[in-house]
Amino acid sequence: MRIALFVTCVNDLVFPGTGRAVVRILERLGHTVEFPLEQSCCGQMHANSGYRAESLPLVRGFVDTFTGYDAVVAPSGSCVAMVRDSYPRLAGSDPGLAAAVTDLAPRVYELSELLVDVLGVTDLGAWFPHRVTYHPTCHGLRMLRLGDRPLRLLRAVGGLDLVDLPGGEECCGFGGTFAVKNADVSAAMLADKCGAVRDTGAAYVAAADNSCLAHIGGGLSRRNRSDPGPGVRAIHYAEILASTAEGRS
Amino acid sequence: MTRGTGNIVAPLPFPTAARRELADGQLRANLRRATHTIRDKRLRLVGEVPDWEALRRSGAAIKDDVLARLPELLEQFEAAATTAGATVHWARDAAEACAVVTGLVRQTGSTEVVKVKSMATQEIGLNEALAEAGIAAVETDLAELIVQLADDTPSHILVPAIHYNRRQIREIFASRMPGVDVDSLTDEPAALAEAARRHLRAKFLSARVAISGANFAIAETGTLVVVESEGNGRMCLTLPGTLISVVGVEKLLPTFRDLEVFLQLLPRSSTGERMNPYTSLWTGVTPGDGPETVHIVLVDNGRTETLADPVGRQALRCIRCSACLNVCPVYERVGGHAYGSVYPGPIGAILSPQLTGPDAGANRTLPYASTLCGACFDACPVRIDIPQVLVHLRQRGVDARRGRPSAERTAMRTLSWVMRDRRRYTAALRAARRGSAPLRWTTGRRGQVRRLPWPLSAWTASRDAPLPAAETFRDWWAGRTPPAGRDDTPGRTSATGDDNTAGRGPVTAGEDDRDHG
Repeated sequence: MRIALFVTCVNDLVFPGTGRAVVRILERLGHTVEFPLEQSCCGQMHANSGYRAESLPLVRGFVDTFTGYDAVVAPSGSCVAMVRDSYPRLAGSDPGLAAAVTDLAPRVYELSELLVDVLGVTDLGAWFPHRVTYHPTCHGLRMLRLGDRPLRLLRAVGGLDLVDLPGGEECCGFGGTFAVKNADVSAAMLADKCGAVRDTGAAYVAAADNSCLAHIGGGLSRRNRSDPGPGVRAIHYAEILASTAEGRS
Repeated sequence: MTRGTGNIVAPLPFPTAARRELADGQLRANLRRATHTIRDKRLRLVGEVPDWEALRRSGAAIKDDVLARLPELLEQFEAAATTAGATVHWARDAAEACAVVTGLVRQTGSTEVVKVKSMATQEIGLNEALAEAGIAAVETDLAELIVQLADDTPSHILVPAIHYNRRQIREIFASRMPGVDVDSLTDEPAALAEAARRHLRAKFLSARVAISGANFAIAETGTLVVVESEGNGRMCLTLPGTLISVVGVEKLLPTFRDLEVFLQLLPRSSTGERMNPYTSLWTGVTPGDGPETVHIVLVDNGRTETLADPVGRQALRCIRCSACLNVCPVYERVGGHAYGSVYPGPIGAILSPQLTGPDAGANRTLPYASTLCGACFDACPVRIDIPQVLVHLRQRGVDARRGRPSAERTAMRTLSWVMRDRRRYTAALRAARRGSAPLRWTTGRRGQVRRLPWPLSAWTASRDAPLPAAETFRDWWAGRTPPAGRDDTPGRTSATGDDNTAGRGPVTAGEDDRDHG
């Protein structure tokens, strides 16, 4: 099976460790991962902000780059939701593009979908001896319907103590440009999410989307400056799944 | 086509109004308690229904059918209601609707009317119009009465006084309710309800005119339906001699049988009840039973305009249950007044700007009052894809202003131009990494920046920001030796390595928490 990694623009620049984690997980399972260098951005920010015309070249670029692969995996629930949920609508007026999207979109997977549904694995032999709570990000939860796939993967990690996040299904307040356009409301939502995370006593809050995690992690980091408290850190769950006992020596 | 007018125009941009509401800690606490209570009840009650998804699809399909055949069904309704003894009036906008109702009340000679809770009359600003004509409108729904006594505006579709707690309600009753016995009035719900009952009973017995809205209007039979909890609506609908009902044209259902679907969807979605306590249905005039004079005012007020948009028109399926308000994380923080319209929350953010057109007041800011989290779509009993419509309205706004210069448009265009080409994109990644490198020295082990210049200052006002990593993913990829089934970085905790572990500090075992010391 030809698996391509769509690392996403945010991860490429800011969180490359998440991309490396996906590569490591898949190679450990014996798969070869390809990284087509033509890739850039899925166009989510443009499309969700109303810039359809500006998003279309990025939609075309994504389709051209990934059409030949059996599976495309991305460590981002919202970017995958963009492709599967919004691409068909965006491509609507262009029959050629619409057909290509219809063909490709079902083969674009969030990491947990690829692992659990396509490759049929939940135990990756990972080792991460920490207390972790999981925030199911909105697009993974309500657009991709990831359900308990990420949790099943995390429960199989050695040493990991998974604790429930009360109100986890509530949005963290990121929302792309919402975080800047409605900064006060976003901050109010973030404060509640950070409070809930800290109350779990977890050392890490994990999620399937680094943009939400940058927001939550930034909130936790800011709060730690004034109130050191329990020092919870944000981490993409792929990085937990990539950790092994051997690596710890 | 006529644009909608009335109490559906936001006077302030949403972010400004939201900031004002966020400053009220008591409001936040009241809203949180109330929305979470209704939210939990709704989830429990919906969970009991094995065919809930099928019911939602039926509800959406019936409403779409109504919207597709609106002119025909409206005429059918008018004919059936007229045959049954009602008089049907038509109003293009809020002003026309208010003029019709005011004229009808004047004809009766009454200077006081009792009102059933109704969103349509709130939308058209009927109470204000009646007051100008010297007619006092008495709200009889408990929550509407609280809001009216407080000289306030509703902040929720179903629970208009959701922003008050019972202590505050006691204060309003004690200071504003005529004839209330202040000394014996406590903030116990039973005591507050009893005070309202005494106050309203006198009004019910003296009123000669009642004004209502309708939850549903049945085209086949000319029947109107009101669904309520308190029985005060039933009093208004049966005691006075004249009944005037103000009904939005989208309230139609084709047949009586269609109620079967909606009377299951509505109570569970709105109050979290299996069945609402009072469902009143009336068809024109029934001699010797209820009002002798029945008027129905069918109101457009921007609905035809909304119907013209193939994506946006699904907002007209709305049955005003408020499930979307109760699950909305934005509504929960800011409350209804931030939306500046009688329709707040997610549905308001797509309904108000469509009814009025985007240029009314600050309504163009409403489609941005959402993180697109999707909780509203999941809760909607008629499957209105609110996030999709929000994005669609943002797009309409952007397209309408294509000719005008804007910093945001320039940024979006530039970003799109850079990202569609591999060389430009790679160069931009390198530039971002190099450009931010000096900042790296200021962040210490935390790896987070505390202050960034405008426009990113909006981000760092309340949270730290991650910096670009020391090495982009593609640079790492280009430099690695392809694996032969072996670990490419032995001796590490994870593949995540030495720079941003998701940008928020290293996760190398044994170094835990050092960056927070």
